[in-house]
Amino acid sequence: MSPPSPGPPQERFRLSMLIYDQRYRSLTIQIVFMMLLMGFAAWLVDNVITNLRAQGQDFSYRFLWQRAGYDINQTLVAYDSNMTHARAMFVGLLNTLLVAVLGCVLATVAGVIVGVLRLSTNWLVSQIMAVYVEIFRNIPTLLWIIIFYTLVTIDAPAPRDFAGDVPLAAAWFGGAVVITNRGVYIPEPLFANSLGSVSLGLFDVSLDFAALVVVIIASLYANKKLLDRASARQATTGIRPVTWWKSMLILFLPVILALLALGFHTENAELAGFNFQGGVHLRSSLVALWFGLGIYTSAFVAEIVRAGILAVSKGQTEAAASLGMRPTLTMRLVVLPQALRVIVPPLISQYLNLTKNTSLGLAVGYMDLRSTLGGITINQTGRALEGMLLMMLIYLLISLTISSLMNVYNSRIKLKER
Amino acid sequence: MYKYALFGMSALAAGTAGASAQTLDEVMARGELNCGVSTGLAGFSAPDADGDWQGFDVDFCRAIAAAVFGDADAVNYTPLSPERRFDPLGSGEIDVLSRNTTWTFTRDMDLGYRFVGTNYYDGQGFIVPTDLGVESALELDGATVCIQTGTTTELNLSDFFSANDMSYEPNPVETNAEAQEQYLAGSCDTYTTDRSGLAATRASFENPDDHMVLPETISKEPLGPVVRKGDEDWAGIVQWTLFALITAEELDVTSENVEEIAEEGSDVPEVERLVGRSGDFGELIGLENDWAVNAIAQVGNYGEIFDRHIGVDTPIGIERGLNAQYDNGGILYSPPFR
Repeated sequence: MSPPSPGPPQERFRLSMLIYDQRYRSLTIQIVFMMLLMGFAAWLVDNVITNLRAQGQDFSYRFLWQRAGYDINQTLVAYDSNMTHARAMFVGLLNTLLVAVLGCVLATVAGVIVGVLRLSTNWLVSQIMAVYVEIFRNIPTLLWIIIFYTLVTIDAPAPRDFAGDVPLAAAWFGGAVVITNRGVYIPEPLFANSLGSVSLGLFDVSLDFAALVVVIIASLYANKKLLDRASARQATTGIRPVTWWKSMLILFLPVILALLALGFHTENAELAGFNFQGGVHLRSSLVALWFGLGIYTSAFVAEIVRAGILAVSKGQTEAAASLGMRPTLTMRLVVLPQALRVIVPPLISQYLNLTKNTSLGLAVGYMDLRSTLGGITINQTGRALEGMLLMMLIYLLISLTISSLMNVYNSRIKLKER
Repeated sequence: MYKYALFGMSALAAGTAGASAQTLDEVMARGELNCGVSTGLAGFSAPDADGDWQGFDVDFCRAIAAAVFGDADAVNYTPLSPERRFDPLGSGEIDVLSRNTTWTFTRDMDLGYRFVGTNYYDGQGFIVPTDLGVESALELDGATVCIQTGTTTELNLSDFFSANDMSYEPNPVETNAEAQEQYLAGSCDTYTTDRSGLAATRASFENPDDHMVLPETISKEPLGPVVRKGDEDWAGIVQWTLFALITAEELDVTSENVEEIAEEGSDVPEVERLVGRSGDFGELIGLENDWAVNAIAQVGNYGEIFDRHIGVDTPIGIERGLNAQYDNGGILYSPPFR
């Protein structure tokens, strides 16, 4: 027999202790709150189902496998009106991702330039950049999209203005770039000795582009090896070997050879019938949405970049200067690496905002996820609730993916504490 | 205990849902008819200079209000885009949708709405600038086509072009006004929608003669009023108000002579029944016996409404065509008042 354990005598558990005993109270509150929350959610779902039934509707996603029947102007993968609503949704999703990526790139490039220039010691430059930031971020993004769309569609010439003996309009750069009120046409890259494409189920992949990507990655890898060896040599002997011409050869020669082997050439858009044919057609809706979102967001990015640079203490710059570093080197090696850890977290949320704002494309007839699944499909099938829920889920997944990717990047560049 | 609470909540939810069956009572209690119309289509439903809604579809709402309350002005209009038009009907925000909506199988049978008849037989067409040099829709291969997104026209367009082995580039727009702007700016070669809508749009151009509607009609578009499914009494009121307007034209009962006929009677038995002098038709659909008289007197018969808003003497200038009475070369044919 072990001796009775010391401490307070064991109290018998009473129901009232759930409220009056501090050990249990918080648990009680949490459980009650959770039950209320679940009850509310159950009520909402039940209400929806009951009301749908009262209207004679059921809840079903079968419509996704029916024939869509409508056409989409901008398709990154094969699509025609005989394919399913699910395929149309996929086409819309790719269009959403396309404009999101283009917009993020534009916002980042323009934002970094403006943000850095705003800190310029040149009074005029910094003031112009301040005006840029204040104008673009203080007017709603939808208005910017519509303004760009109006500029493109109303002010640019119609395709038939390019025809006739005395054309009212002419293409730029010897016919390479055509700006019409239906969009901008740029030359299309083509391969005479094409390798064809391989089908991956959902979409086809061009083997030409795949080959080019492989060549470029291999060159970059080889170049990195070369530079690593040069650095190792420098570390041991103190003399850095001359590498620039080797780098040039490694980086450019394989790509040029690959392009020659594939018979690379470009084709300009030509007026044929009502429209220009051939070339890559950047539709007015895409251009308007891309610039509307990109420029608007770049104003926020500029402020984030400026804040990040200002967050690096002045002592760092002065220390670098006292070591004899030039200002450009100071910026590249001392300031920016430290600024990035301040810049990246708010940048993530700007990317997320831009991606979600692509749903404004409806205003200019851009056929994104919102316009295909959330617009035409819902209208043709009447499945508003199902379509909206699916669309919300997809946007949620896109946002979470971007957010996690950027978090991985953030954890790589953040201050390493050892 | 918790289980019972949940059960109670479900019962409450069910209670709120079942209320849609008594539309007439709700409308009566409200004293106003909630009517869904288009966001603006000249001749069919558009606000005039004073902000009052006018048009062919609007007059149909007014006729229902006159039949129900005896007051054609007791209507509250809700402008709805093509995309958003059905949900307010399902949720009870509007009582009837009178908004050039095409009667199709899926909309009627799958979606919980009920089409009660056709008040305008339409078909989809194309409008082009005359200087485009196009005489037929079959010459539109490769054209950019402006189209209102969220309408049946999108499917017809796709079918027409693929059936004729032609290609096109759709340029989706949200409203008729936007389509008009894009079309006039030349960012599409042609605009397609119901021919009635094209006529209305063309009439509002600065130079209507510079534009022509191509001869092809590529679809059947029976346009008509829509109500919620599950309330047959209300559907009957809307349906027979439409039939009363059509029958009135057939029997030469007009807004000018209907009250006189209601006072003095007529030799034609069906007219007697229409104006409520014989039979108890009003009681049978839950209204006063002079319901049809009110509708015809305050709004006019079908022909009067047509001529006032979209007929050949208006800027819209649409011929009666299919929408003439059956004994006059058209297909308007109301079941008899018997």
